[in-house]
Amino acid sequence: MQIVISALVIGGISAVLAAILTIADALVNNYGEVSIRVNDSKDLKVKGGATLLSTLASEKIFIPSACGGKGSCGLCKVKVLTDIGPILPTELPYLSEKEKKNKIRLSCQIKVKSDISIEIPEELFNIREYIASVSSIVDVTHDIKEVFFDLENEIGFKAGQYVQLIVPAHGDIKGETMRAYSMSSQPSVKNGVELLIRLVPNGIVTTYIHKMLKVGDRIRILGPFGDFFLRDTDSDIIFIAGGSGMAPIKSIIHDMMERNMKRNAYYFFGARSKRDLFYLEEMKEVERKMPGFHFIPALSDPLPEDSWSGETGLITDVVDRYLSEQGDEIDREAYLCGSPGMINACIGVLTKHNVLEEKIFYDKFG
Amino acid sequence: MGVPLNPFVIMIAAALTSNMVLSNFLGMCSFISVSKDIKTANGLGMAVTFVLTLTSVLNYIVYYYILLPLNLDYLRYIVFIVVIAAFVQFLEMVIDRFSPALYINLGIFLPLITVNCAILGGVLFMIIREYSLIQSLFFGFGSGAGWWLAIVALSAMRMRMREKDLPPQLVGPGITMIIIGIMALAFMGFSGMLPVQ
Repeated sequence: MQIVISALVIGGISAVLAAILTIADALVNNYGEVSIRVNDSKDLKVKGGATLLSTLASEKIFIPSACGGKGSCGLCKVKVLTDIGPILPTELPYLSEKEKKNKIRLSCQIKVKSDISIEIPEELFNIREYIASVSSIVDVTHDIKEVFFDLENEIGFKAGQYVQLIVPAHGDIKGETMRAYSMSSQPSVKNGVELLIRLVPNGIVTTYIHKMLKVGDRIRILGPFGDFFLRDTDSDIIFIAGGSGMAPIKSIIHDMMERNMKRNAYYFFGARSKRDLFYLEEMKEVERKMPGFHFIPALSDPLPEDSWSGETGLITDVVDRYLSEQGDEIDREAYLCGSPGMINACIGVLTKHNVLEEKIFYDKFG
Repeated sequence: MGVPLNPFVIMIAAALTSNMVLSNFLGMCSFISVSKDIKTANGLGMAVTFVLTLTSVLNYIVYYYILLPLNLDYLRYIVFIVVIAAFVQFLEMVIDRFSPALYINLGIFLPLITVNCAILGGVLFMIIREYSLIQSLFFGFGSGAGWWLAIVALSAMRMRMREKDLPPQLVGPGITMIIIGIMALAFMGFSGMLPVQ
């Protein structure tokens, strides 16, 4: 009897409190319909009270956010033109002095309580959530898989951009996990995206993809994001990539080929030994079709059985050697994709050869 | 017990002679971690005072009108914590709506208070000492004010310490613990002033 009463009392008190909170939420947190003016052109009528990030997401505008609105990544920055009060303590760590002056706010921390006016980059309107189904999984090296996802709706993107994969809760992993991957397919492929995914030891998403994902599985994809794409100039192009950094470069090169670009391009691809190399035939094919394009794979630790006759040494040394031979008077532009260590080392080599920092573009993945 | 004490005396006693943090050592975690800066310390102190005052009253009602009549005395820990958590949530919503300025000042401290042991401690003292409703109200306010006073004092001292030339081993937590110790000694001077628990 006592047990029943105590259970009832605890349940009752909790229920009453929950009811009060729900009623309070409906009454107090009800800001009615408010409007968000986006880029001074589009008006959205929304329900007030929620965070700007989730309000925009419900209007199908996806601001990049890696942490999903917990205020721990600092990616979801948005320019808010209306005065909505001082910057919150939870935003402070992510905003620079310049951003504070420019009215940049973290959209996951601020709430939409009245009519506001915001500015977001135009390309964010393109970002959508896609339901994808896996149509093929190919092992291209011992630790990289090439996965092709069929999309229900067409996707439009610039070669070099990335998407975020949303992996559902599985095993010990609670909740959804989001990770960004560059698309290796070119923009002319509209009904799907191809990603290159390298197995990261203990990585949540890469382990899921390598060990659990099967052809036919459905997965959610968000995108496209990113400002890593080919700039429209006449400069010579230096591509440098390692491992799955191949993905965005492959997309850019195929896009160049389809658009008949005649620019000179040198693609340096670094790998440890022959078993880390892939797409060799494909790149040779591109070399034949695009006269200005040169593919230069380099191995840092070739094994004796590799019988490797190409370039050897660290990718930075190989790039250094090529650029020295060509001379430094050439106008160059560089696109790098790889680990932060590789990118930093490459930036050093490139600036040594008079490549301007503002003409070096990169996608770092940790 | 159950002496008809003047509520005002209880309030002064709770703030000074049996100060929540310096005599009873409750609410230590936020006392140390949020006392780096006087402005935030002030904000948290204010929030603790407010929540402690009101949850004392709320939990008084819950305890004497629900738990005791049903003989469910032993459930008080769980129930008190649930009430405190819900109240803090409610408060956060109301402040957010009606006083954005205060919300921005208190904002991040409110959720912290849910797990501040000074709050639960205050409520439990109120039960153990068998205070009446009015006494509880004054006791809650006094305890909160005492905690507020202590954290503002500590943060003021810590801010001054920052400019001082300390032995490197003492910088940070070391000197903070020493300051708290001396503060507690100083507050012992109040004991005996009021013969109240």
